[in-house]
Amino acid sequence: MARSPERAIRIRASPDWRTLTSTTTAPASSASPAKRRPPKSSGGGLGRYIIVRALLIIPTVFILVTLVFVLMRSTGDPITAKLGGQLPADQLAERIHAAGYDRPIIVQYLEYLGQIATGNFGTTLTDNRPVTEILVTYGAATLELAFYALLVAFVVGIPFGLIAAYFRDKGQDASLRVFAILCYATPVFFSGLLLKLIFSVWLGWLPVAGRASVSAQLQMELLPNKTGLYTIDAIMTGNPAVLGDVLAHAVLPAIALGLLTAGVFLRLVRTNVIGTLSTDYVDAARSRGVSEYRLVRKHAYRPALIPIITVIGLQIALLLGGAVLTETTFEWKGLGFMLSEYLQARDFVAVQGIVALLAVIVALTNFIVDIIAALIDPRVRY
Amino acid sequence: MSTVVNIERLGVSFATDAGAVKAVDDVSLKVERGEVLAIVGESGSGKTVTAKTILGLLPDTATASGAVILSNKAGTAESDVVSLSKKQLRAVRGTDVAMVFQEPSSALNPVYTVGWQIIEGLRAHSSISAKDARAKAIEILGRVGIPDPEHRVDHYPHQFSGGQKQRIVIAMALVLDPGLIVADEPTTALDVTVQAEILDLLRRCRDEFGMGIVLITHNMGVVADLADRVAVMYQGKVVEEADAKTLFASPQAEYTKALLAAVPYVGTGTASAIERAAKRPADWVEQTPVVEASGLEIVYPGRFGKPGFQAVGGVDFVIRPGEVLGLVGESGSGKTTIGRAIAGLTKVTGGSLRVLGHEMNGVREREFRPLRSRIGFVFQDPASSFNPLLTIAECVAEPLVIHGRASNPAAARKRVDELLEAVQLPKAYGDRYPHELSGGQRQRASLARALALEPELLIADEPTSALDVSVQARVLELFAELQREFGFASLFISHDLAVVDILADRIAVLYRGSLVEEGTGAEVLGAPRDPYTQRLLASLPVPDPVAQAERREELRRLREAV
Repeated sequence: MARSPERAIRIRASPDWRTLTSTTTAPASSASPAKRRPPKSSGGGLGRYIIVRALLIIPTVFILVTLVFVLMRSTGDPITAKLGGQLPADQLAERIHAAGYDRPIIVQYLEYLGQIATGNFGTTLTDNRPVTEILVTYGAATLELAFYALLVAFVVGIPFGLIAAYFRDKGQDASLRVFAILCYATPVFFSGLLLKLIFSVWLGWLPVAGRASVSAQLQMELLPNKTGLYTIDAIMTGNPAVLGDVLAHAVLPAIALGLLTAGVFLRLVRTNVIGTLSTDYVDAARSRGVSEYRLVRKHAYRPALIPIITVIGLQIALLLGGAVLTETTFEWKGLGFMLSEYLQARDFVAVQGIVALLAVIVALTNFIVDIIAALIDPRVRY
Repeated sequence: MSTVVNIERLGVSFATDAGAVKAVDDVSLKVERGEVLAIVGESGSGKTVTAKTILGLLPDTATASGAVILSNKAGTAESDVVSLSKKQLRAVRGTDVAMVFQEPSSALNPVYTVGWQIIEGLRAHSSISAKDARAKAIEILGRVGIPDPEHRVDHYPHQFSGGQKQRIVIAMALVLDPGLIVADEPTTALDVTVQAEILDLLRRCRDEFGMGIVLITHNMGVVADLADRVAVMYQGKVVEEADAKTLFASPQAEYTKALLAAVPYVGTGTASAIERAAKRPADWVEQTPVVEASGLEIVYPGRFGKPGFQAVGGVDFVIRPGEVLGLVGESGSGKTTIGRAIAGLTKVTGGSLRVLGHEMNGVREREFRPLRSRIGFVFQDPASSFNPLLTIAECVAEPLVIHGRASNPAAARKRVDELLEAVQLPKAYGDRYPHELSGGQRQRASLARALALEPELLIADEPTSALDVSVQARVLELFAELQREFGFASLFISHDLAVVDILADRIAVLYRGSLVEEGTGAEVLGAPRDPYTQRLLASLPVPDPVAQAERREELRRLREAV
C-alpha cells in the first residue's frame, strides 16, 4: 500500500478526511478491475507499528535520564548542597572527594548510566535506603492515586464534554465551560483543602489524610505477599471494612487531582466533538434517519476520540506533576510526597531516581496511548 | 406518474450578525417519479440550501417558509418537511428521501466499516435482524457495482477508491428504497472517467429503481448527461425552468445564456494555438527549452524502510520559451508532482530534469534559489495560498522583497499597483485582506504575485478548479492575455481537458505516472491514439443533451473494447 506523506496521527481532527485517504487509494476504473488492489490486512502492519513505537522508547528514556542528571548536577554537588556552611572547607572537600563528586562530570555520568543499566539507582543520602526500594514502595501509592484520578477525569470529563458539544453555545454548554475552567484553574492544594474542609471537617464523611487508617494498615502489613497497591491488598485481606477504609481515603485525593484533568478533558472532548459534529459524515448519517443521540455517541464521538487519546498521553505528565501537590496536601505517601521530602532534605540521589522514574512512566504512557489510538483509527498503520 | 416532492414558494433565510440573509427566495419546484431534475447555479445561488431543505438538514440559524411536500414511494402519504417535528423528520429521512453528498470521502465515517454504516441506516427505520440487515447490505453493495461485496462489506472507507466510495454512498441511499434521492454535486470530487460511471449508476437509480432525483450541480455537462428537466438558480431565485433539451437549445434567461457561454468546450483552443504557432520564429524549435525532462522519475520515500511510492516514472517532455504545455491527468497521475519538481518543491529521484538550464536531479537549495525568481507558481486553492494576516498588496510584494527588488512592501507598492492593474483588479484591493476577496479575485491576485518578478516560466496547478464556471472563463481569458503580453513559458496543470485546450500549445496526457500521449491540441483531442486518452475524452460530458447521448454510446463502446 502506498503511504500517504501526511502524518498518520494528527493532534486535532480535521473535518477533511480526504487528505488522509485520497492519496492512499487508487482511482477506480471499471475498465481494469483486475488491477484493483487487494484489501490490505490490518494485523501485520499493527505488529510492526508497535515494535517501532516500542523501540522509540529507548532513546526517549535515555534523553530524559541524561537531562535529569545534567540538571541536578548543574546546581552543584549534593554534599555541598546539604552540608555547605556547616563544615569547614577542608572537611567538605574531603567528603566530596570520598564520594567521587570531584571527578569530571562525564566520568560521573558514564558511571551513573552504568548503574542505571544494571538496575542500581544508588542509595539515598539522607536515610541510606536503596532508591529502588523507594521507587517500588511509593510508586505503587502514586500509581493508585493516578489511576483513581484518571477514572474521575474520564467519568466527569467525557460525558460533560459530549453534552457541552451537543448543546454548543447554549446554556448547558456555557455553564459546563465555566465548570471546566474552575476545574483546571483551581490549584490542587486549594481544592484539596476545600474538599477536606467540607467532607472531612464539616460533614465528617471522609478521612482527612493518609492512605488508610492505622488498623487497616496493620492488617495489610500482615499479608504474606503484599503488592503495595492498597486496593488490591485490601481485597486480599478479605475484610470489607479494610477495603471500605482504603477506598474512603482515596476519594478526596482522587477528586482533587481528577477534576484538574477532567477540566482539560471536558474542553478537549467538546472542541473535537464540535469538529466532528459538523462533518459531512454526521450530516450523511442524519440524512439516513439516525437519531441525534447516536450521532453524538457513535458518529461524532469515536473519530473525536483519536486526538483525545493522543492528548491524554500528554495529560498523564501533568497528572503526575499534580500528584506531587495532591500527595502533600493529603499526606498520601507516594512518590510525589517523598519527592518533596527529599527535595527539602537536598537528597540528590533520591530526587534523581524519582524524577527518572516519572519520566519513564510518561514515556511508557505515551507508547500505550499511541497503540490505543492506532487500534481505534483504522487508517493508522505503519 | 406521481409527484415525489413538491416545493411551494420556499424561502430560507439565515440569521447572521449582520441581520437576516435570504438564501432562497420564493422557489417552487416539482419532481415526478422516475425523473431527474437538475438545479444548476453558481456557488451562493441557493441550490444546496434548497436541496438540504428537502431533508430538513438546515442548520439552527436558518428559518424556512413555504412548503416542501414529500410523498412516500407508494404515494400513500404526504408530509410537509418544513413543519415536521424532529422525530417525524427522522422517520422521513432515509425512507422517503435520501441524500448523496459531494465528497464521498467525508460522507463516510472513517472509523466504522461501510457495512456497519449501511446496517445502521436500515436498523434506524425497522426492527430488521442483524443478520438480515447484513445480507441486505451485501446485496445492495453488489447492485451498485462493488466487486466481492461479501468480503468488502467489512472494509473501512479508506480501503475504497473515490469512485467506489461514491457508489457506497449511493448504496446507502438506495438501501431503504426511498422515492427521492437528492444528489448534491455527486461527481464534482471525482475524476472525469469515474464521473461517467457514477452518472450511469444514478441513471440506473432512476430507470431500475424508479426514483426521482434532484441533481444539484454547477457542471452543465453533467446536466446534459443526466437531467430530464433543469431549473437554473441565481441569487436564491429560479430564473429559468425547462426540460433539458429546450434549455440547452434555446435558453431564455440572460443568466442561463451567459452560464452556457462560459462553459469551456473541447476544440475552442485549437485555432488560437495554430495562430500562435504560425507567429513563432523559424529557429524556435532549436532554442534551448525552458524545461526539459528525460526519463524523469520521482519516488516518494517510504517510512521506516518500507518501499517508496513511485509518483512519476520515466517521463519525457520539453517546454520551449513562450510555450504553454497543458498537463492533463486524473488525481494520482503525478501531474502535481511534476509541477512541484520543476519549481524545486519536490526532489527528483531519477532521470534528468533541466529547468532554465539547471539540472534538478541532485540540485542543492542554495544553487537553485536564484532560479526561483525566474519561476512563478499559481496554486489551486486561492483561499489557502495567501497568508490571511497580510494584505493583498503585501502578499504580492513578497517576492519582490525577498529577491531584493524592493526594500519593503511599501516601496514595492507602485509595482504592485501595476501588477494588480494587469490582472484587472482595482488598485484599492491591495489594502484588503485575502478573506475580503471572492475566489476569482483571489486567484487574480495569485496570478499577480506569480508574475511579480516577470518569470520566464509559470507553473499553474489547477488554477481554476476551485472557481465557478463564469469566473473560470474570465480567469482563463486573463491568463491567455497575460501570457501574450509577458510571453512566459508555462506548465498548465489541470484535470479538465476543455480548460487545458483553451490555453495550451501542446497537451501532454499523464496516466499513473507515465506520459501516454503528447501533441498539439488538434492531435491529442482531435485524433487521440492512446486508449486512455480516448476514454478520457469520451468521458468528458458536453453541455448538449443530444450530443452527450451519442458520446455516451461511444464511451460504452470504448469501455467494452478494453
